Amino acid sequence: MTDIEKTIEIEVMRYHPEQDASPVFKTYRIPYASDQSVLQGLQYIKDYIDGTLSFRWSCRMAICGSCGVMINNQPKLSCKTFLRDYYPGKIRVEALQHLPIERDLVIDATDFINKLESIKPYIVPREARSLEQGEYLQTPEQLARYEQFSSCINCMLCYAACPQYGLKPEFTGPGVLALLHRYNADSRDGARADRMQIVNAEEGVWGCTLVGYCSEVCPKQVDPAAAVNRNKVNSTLDYFLRFLMPGGGESG
Amino acid sequence: METIKVDIAIVGGGGAGLRAAIAAAEADASQTIALISKVYPMRSHTVAAEGGSAAVTQAHDNLDHHFHDTVAGGDWLCEQDVVEYFVAHAREEMVQLEHWGCPWSRKDNGHVNVRAFGGMKIERTWFAADKTGFHILHTLFQTSMKYPSIRRFDEHFCCDLIVENGRCHGAVVIEVATGKFTFIQARAVIIATGGAGRVFRENTNGGIVTGDGMALAYRHGVPLRDMEFVQYHPTCMPGTGLLFTEACRGEGGFLLNRDGYRYLQDYGLGPPDPSPRNKAMELGPRDRLSQAFWHEKQKGKTIDGPHGQVVHLDLRHLGEKKLHERLPQICELAEEFLGVDPAHAPIPVCPAVHYTMGGIMANGETASPLAGLYSAGECSSVGLHGANRLGSNSLAELCVFGKVAGSEASKFARSVTSHHSGTLEKQAEDVKQQALGIITRSGGTERMAILRTEMAQSMEDGCGIYRTGTAMQATCDKIDELRERYRNLNIDDRSSTWNTEWLLAIELGYQLDVAQSMVYSAINRKESRGSHQRLDGYEQRDDVNYLRHTLAHYNGDAAPRIDYMGVRITKSRPGIRAYGAAGEKAEQERKNREAASD
Repeated sequence: MTDIEKTIEIEVMRYHPEQDASPVFKTYRIPYASDQSVLQGLQYIKDYIDGTLSFRWSCRMAICGSCGVMINNQPKLSCKTFLRDYYPGKIRVEALQHLPIERDLVIDATDFINKLESIKPYIVPREARSLEQGEYLQTPEQLARYEQFSSCINCMLCYAACPQYGLKPEFTGPGVLALLHRYNADSRDGARADRMQIVNAEEGVWGCTLVGYCSEVCPKQVDPAAAVNRNKVNSTLDYFLRFLMPGGGESG
Repeated sequence: METIKVDIAIVGGGGAGLRAAIAAAEADASQTIALISKVYPMRSHTVAAEGGSAAVTQAHDNLDHHFHDTVAGGDWLCEQDVVEYFVAHAREEMVQLEHWGCPWSRKDNGHVNVRAFGGMKIERTWFAADKTGFHILHTLFQTSMKYPSIRRFDEHFCCDLIVENGRCHGAVVIEVATGKFTFIQARAVIIATGGAGRVFRENTNGGIVTGDGMALAYRHGVPLRDMEFVQYHPTCMPGTGLLFTEACRGEGGFLLNRDGYRYLQDYGLGPPDPSPRNKAMELGPRDRLSQAFWHEKQKGKTIDGPHGQVVHLDLRHLGEKKLHERLPQICELAEEFLGVDPAHAPIPVCPAVHYTMGGIMANGETASPLAGLYSAGECSSVGLHGANRLGSNSLAELCVFGKVAGSEASKFARSVTSHHSGTLEKQAEDVKQQALGIITRSGGTERMAILRTEMAQSMEDGCGIYRTGTAMQATCDKIDELRERYRNLNIDDRSSTWNTEWLLAIELGYQLDVAQSMVYSAINRKESRGSHQRLDGYEQRDDVNYLRHTLAHYNGDAAPRIDYMGVRITKSRPGIRAYGAAGEKAEQERKNREAASD
């Protein structure tokens, strides 16, 4: 059989708040090709079988962070998950877990955005510098201390992976803590003391129970678990330094 | 319907919209700013820009070089005063992004590094590995959270502008999650909605790049300028069109045909030095490289692939270490999507539509002919790119002119009084009814995906790398037909919660209008210039008749009305556009002429 004749089944979670009390599953049979992504499968359904299926997507190349879903129970970007990895088996696509569902595969991202806004996700300059003075100097080594954490695409797969977030939605969570660390670890920034209050809080790094699944599912190798663990060390040092130097320490 | 009054409404939350919002907030903290985006701003397509952003940086470079590269790269269809302003302000914008935290790649001494890019005489492209757009977008998005006067309307879809007595008064938006309409009444409006590459079949663009803002301004009488100039990027993924950045070649990558031969040397781009030579071979401009691919294909020198003809982008000689440091995303894309490890095998590539040079007509201050309406970024035709954009000029553009748009809109909003007439609300109500009409009317028989596919195929057939009158006429006819059939659209989804099918239908309406402006602009330009190349007796550039901008005027159900306006020349008379050794010779002759006339 050539690719042209092959098909594959996708079982998709459907939920419409105006009609459904709870999510239901619907199965669609679509043409199979080894280089087709699950996103392309969903697009095929919407274009040719059922126009009412709703899901987010845009760039198709794993950088815009829109298309996170559960695929056979694992949080994944649908644009870079391929039908060939499941064929001839069935694929089951659901909305990201731990997040409220707005419709079908669309989750409510408000909590993530609010948390992101809460951490001062911008440089508060350690030293003022005018544009005429040019760029701040930052060596490749200094860049390497935060670059990986700046690569977070805000896809929220780590929130769907995090058992703590599932139990306690007030937990700041892996992605936002990684971004917090990104700014704290940046040689240009001077707002570390402010952000350490978020790190130290109950909803901060101490909410993490070290499962590490967040880093496993991260599609960009950001390794949020490493950021969280580094901040547990920082938080501990911060706690002791506070006794020695009121106003907080500059540890780590 | 609720009306929310603000000073400035910005439609589009990508790089240009965010930069405009920050500029407006910094210009006057007492003004209220609505930042409207149909997605969360960090999903905007700026995110997918890879290679970098141009600004004169090195001691042996100067603004004049960047100016000449841009103007010649645009085949002299650039507004030269705008180019002068751009090159003079690009560096401070890059430094500003650095101050805001952009993780630019560095040299060992801590200064920002620059790389070579196509058509640029000297290395001046700032980069953050090969995710420059991603980092610029996230830096701007996160920095925008500092400004309390910026009120975001995330996942709000703009369905029309409100215009009265020759002035723009705001926009009507739909909250995607609920279907709720809001009239955002504003003293000034900035459109920053990006390009329209999705009207073509094979393209590098995200699904959201549907020309929304272009169509909205156009329908309200603002001309779309130079819409026939659509950029094909030469190195894209066959089948999907995903982008392999020009930085692959900036770092030293080769383009090879089926014989393993660096074929660009046969198209006036040689000599084929083993290491990158600026403005030669693989570092020629995008239009020339895509055209060379087309010729190789005609000659049977390309390679058969499952999604059509390809050539090879060979990065093997760069070595694994450099590839992972400078081009990590390219490695990831090649490995995950194609199963190719670029350190050990060449990547199959072909040209795909990437960028719309034209857009909403704007002057050097980003103002449109409609009072109170500004535009910035890819949706805008401020006059920077002419007939072909140079790689890495667009990220710099959205910063430089995003900032201008923000401060100009702020100034305009201060200078005008608020409008109290109830007629605006009445108009907004009409807009709502019209948008709802798409999902409430019944009996439609046309499937949206079919119309979209026919449009995209026809645009590729008629407005591709090389064009003929016959093929363009067929596309004109096809787009006219599709606009007719669009009225008979069938929609499955009639609900108000996350009804993406409804919004896709509105977008398709935008796309058809923009596509029509492109093909009618193209068929009327009877010459070859930059990315507009004809094979039917108009193979040469014709400065006597066509050293002028095309203006497409919306004409309701009929085809657009086309007319022209002059090009502002300040210091570079149209000359021979040449690259490689021929280009160096031509530049020396130009310098000799200038020296003689001084």
